[in-house]
Amino acid sequence: MRVEMFTFLLAGLICLGGALGVVLFRNTVHNALSLVATLFGVAVLFIAQEAYFLAAVQVIVYAGAIVILFLFVIMLLGVDRADQMGVDPIVGQRTAAVVFGVAILGLSLVALLSGPEVVTGTPATTAALSSDIPDVNQIGEALFTDYVFAFEITAVLLTIAVVGAVVLARRSDGPVIDEDEFDGTALDALALEEPSDVGDPDQDTADGADPGSGADETDPDDLEEASR
Amino acid sequence: MLAQVEVSLTPTWYLVLAAMIFAIGAVGLLIRRNPLVMFMCVELMLNAVTLTFVSFSRALDDVGGQVFVFFVLVVAAAEVVVGLALVVAIMRRRQGADADDLSLMRG
Amino acid sequence: MADVLWLIPALPLAGFVLLMAFGRRLGDPLAGVVGTLTVAGSFVVSLFALFDLNSLPTDERVVQQTLFTWIPAGGFSVDIGFLSDPLTITMCLFITGIAALIHLYSIGYMAGDENYSKFFVYLNLFVASMLLLVLGDNLLLTFLGWEGVGACSYLLISFWFTDEANASAGKKAFVTNRIGDFGFMVGTFLVWMTLGSINYLEINERVHGGIAAGTATAIVLLFFLAATGKSAQLPLFVWLPDAMAGPTPVSALIHAATMVTSGIFLLTRLNPLLEEAGWANDVIAWVGLATALVAALAAVAQNDIKKVLAYSTISQLGYMFLAVGSGAFVAGVFHMITHAFFKALLFLGSGAVIAAMAHEQDMRRYGNLRKYLPITTVTFVVGWLAISGVPPFAGFWSKDEVLAAAWDNGPAGPVMWAIGVVIALLTAFYMTRLVAMTFFGGKERWREPEELPTDPAEAAAAEHEAYEDAPDAHGHHLTPEHTPREPNWTMTVPLVVLGVFATVIGLINLPFGEKVDYLADWLDPTLAHAHEALSAGILAVLAAVAIVVAVVGIAVAWRVYAQHKGSPEKIELPAFEHALYIDDTYAAVVGGPGEAAFDGVATFDSEVVDGAVNGVGRLTQLTGRAVSVFQSGFVRAYALAVAGGAVVLLVFVVMRMSSS
Repeated sequence: MRVEMFTFLLAGLICLGGALGVVLFRNTVHNALSLVATLFGVAVLFIAQEAYFLAAVQVIVYAGAIVILFLFVIMLLGVDRADQMGVDPIVGQRTAAVVFGVAILGLSLVALLSGPEVVTGTPATTAALSSDIPDVNQIGEALFTDYVFAFEITAVLLTIAVVGAVVLARRSDGPVIDEDEFDGTALDALALEEPSDVGDPDQDTADGADPGSGADETDPDDLEEASR
Repeated sequence: MLAQVEVSLTPTWYLVLAAMIFAIGAVGLLIRRNPLVMFMCVELMLNAVTLTFVSFSRALDDVGGQVFVFFVLVVAAAEVVVGLALVVAIMRRRQGADADDLSLMRG
Repeated sequence: MADVLWLIPALPLAGFVLLMAFGRRLGDPLAGVVGTLTVAGSFVVSLFALFDLNSLPTDERVVQQTLFTWIPAGGFSVDIGFLSDPLTITMCLFITGIAALIHLYSIGYMAGDENYSKFFVYLNLFVASMLLLVLGDNLLLTFLGWEGVGACSYLLISFWFTDEANASAGKKAFVTNRIGDFGFMVGTFLVWMTLGSINYLEINERVHGGIAAGTATAIVLLFFLAATGKSAQLPLFVWLPDAMAGPTPVSALIHAATMVTSGIFLLTRLNPLLEEAGWANDVIAWVGLATALVAALAAVAQNDIKKVLAYSTISQLGYMFLAVGSGAFVAGVFHMITHAFFKALLFLGSGAVIAAMAHEQDMRRYGNLRKYLPITTVTFVVGWLAISGVPPFAGFWSKDEVLAAAWDNGPAGPVMWAIGVVIALLTAFYMTRLVAMTFFGGKERWREPEELPTDPAEAAAAEHEAYEDAPDAHGHHLTPEHTPREPNWTMTVPLVVLGVFATVIGLINLPFGEKVDYLADWLDPTLAHAHEALSAGILAVLAAVAIVVAVVGIAVAWRVYAQHKGSPEKIELPAFEHALYIDDTYAAVVGGPGEAAFDGVATFDSEVVDGAVNGVGRLTQLTGRAVSVFQSGFVRAYALAVAGGAVVLLVFVVMRMSSS
């Protein structure tokens, strides 16, 4: 029991620390690395609860694939600079966020701790989790029997996601127009402007480390080329 | 001598931890403006939920909970793929845009 | 055999589809041949159906064929089903027979028209719709056919639509018919509400004792409104004279022989309902009589050969309604059949004359055509004698029966009969006038130089006339050197066949006792026979009076128009020429106060109705603008709202926990 408690506390601390890191670090890369810590902690907690397969998947898919994808995008776009954390442009957003976050936590804790110390509910009757059989076998069996339709649908979902990602991230052929410029008054100005001159001057000065900044005054295609 | 208090590790501990991670993720989602970090916060919240799923699965001896985690993972993967593609598409047009810059759809 | 009943309307429909798809490729005259063959096939099937029905015992001569359920809607269900009984088969036979002949005639008449195949497309669709109207076993199916023939009538009246007058004549027919259709629809709703069915057999079964007299009267009056539209009776007859703008075969088929009789058919079909309807029958009889009189007076003063025939058709339809209103359904159907034959004959004959005279329709430029058009003259004379009521031609027998039925119609009967006799006199007169001006009279008037009218009123009339003539002229012009020629066989064969029928068709229902009134026997299972037969003596007197009247009418007209003694102006009053100004009154009312009223309605619509609609729209817009504040466009603000929602949910959960 001691060992279990120790494991839980350690993993829980890693999780919380990572979570706080994700929220509080200013550097995006640090955020991503903090996320890895949380994911790792959760994986440990999975193992502590004998969900070995899910722990493996957690590490492989989340830490191995998703976080790497995050880092890849960070590097690709060169946005690994510090966030402006000073003041929030939406009035009251930060206060309200903290209030709501505390409320969610507090109310959840009330709900959890005021009740009995055990989970109430009906134990499974059809697909009981047995400790004799490896959990990967049990999950596999459930997936391909009771949940086979949902399983097939997720396959379709993943395919659509991949297609969507390819379409979205593809380089467009036409002239690049910033839709944000279309706010009524800017329409006339846009007509007078060079169609290629769409870079935002405010952004140019904000970040010297931007790899695209050297090509700012050139064709947007080149700009994209540079950011690649 | 302090009385040796044996604290047993009930599922409630896991649920409390999950609630904390969820709350941190929610607050992060609300206060951060970098879309990438916002995505990470969403992942945090999803992880909190998967943790509760696994806890309930263990407590109730139900394999369904673990299967659900599997599906959550798949959906999360899909969401991240599309979300990051969106971020790439947006960033290409506007260097260093954050979530608040994308307010074209305001009423 | 009954199971091929559906073929009767299906064949012309197939022809319609076929011609629609390949008509242009088939061209002239193959498209016409296809159209004719499908209708002829339909006639053959009808013949088989006749023999089939005849082989059954008298009481069982009702065959129903249900193809499928068309509209299943809870307690309301409509089948696509056909009803075969003596009445419908009789209708089918003369519709398909005459239609086949007129199709054949059209092959010649329409030759060279640029929309040759389109004409047959419409014509086939018309025949299919008409047969659907007749064969349908419920009111809704009949209504489908009813609207179908209306649409075809519209399309065919304005067939030469490039001319403004033709197009507006089509519109006039359509709009006028819509007023009648309103009556049909409301009548159908009422029947459904009171009797719970729109199937004819069920209606006619349930109607005895199952319906209040007042309701029955209302229903019959509504259906009579429908009939006045389709069958051109007062007050809705005004479209039919203008409908002559269509090609002459159309006038013959649709606006004389078949479609315009559908009102009589409808009332006859519902004859058990009429028996319950009380004074509605008197309304039908008197309206029919009034229409017949007005139209006969109008026909006396028309100079357009087709207009004379158009008013004559209205007048004869009035006779049929007189018979139906008098409860003599057999007489009505009998006159409908004979009229179909001799009026189709007369129209086709007039078409032959018009074609021979370079599409000139003004009778004042005809004369002595018997020299050039021998076959047309002979057949036309047969038609003339038939409609004038000269024995033994068909019209005499049926008209005599109608008049006898009028005589027998209660205390007012003799008055009705007397008016009917006057109409018969007028009929004989105006038809003789037409024949004399066209085929006889010695003078070949188109060879005389066109006299310029000096009187301004007459000039205006002439101008009006020219305007009216324009539709069928399209490019042709009658010159003094013109020599009329007999048309080719496709046009003369139908004339001869119809001429034979117009002579002998009266034999199907002779008034000489039980053995020879075949039609009455045949229709007996379908039609109530309310009247006791009049005694032979009275019948003989009535018939004698009718003959005398016909002869007098012919003699007077012959003297004036063939021998040129006496002046026509004394008879052809302007009021007659304008059909007692009924149409003009409508035009004035609708154009004057009516237009103001319509403008008022339009203003009401644009201001109040549209205002309400726009107001709702504006309200929505304002609300949207007010609420759109929440749509800040910041995705994090939305997330905040979601988080707020989550908090509310949690509060709810915790509160439920604490309360339990």
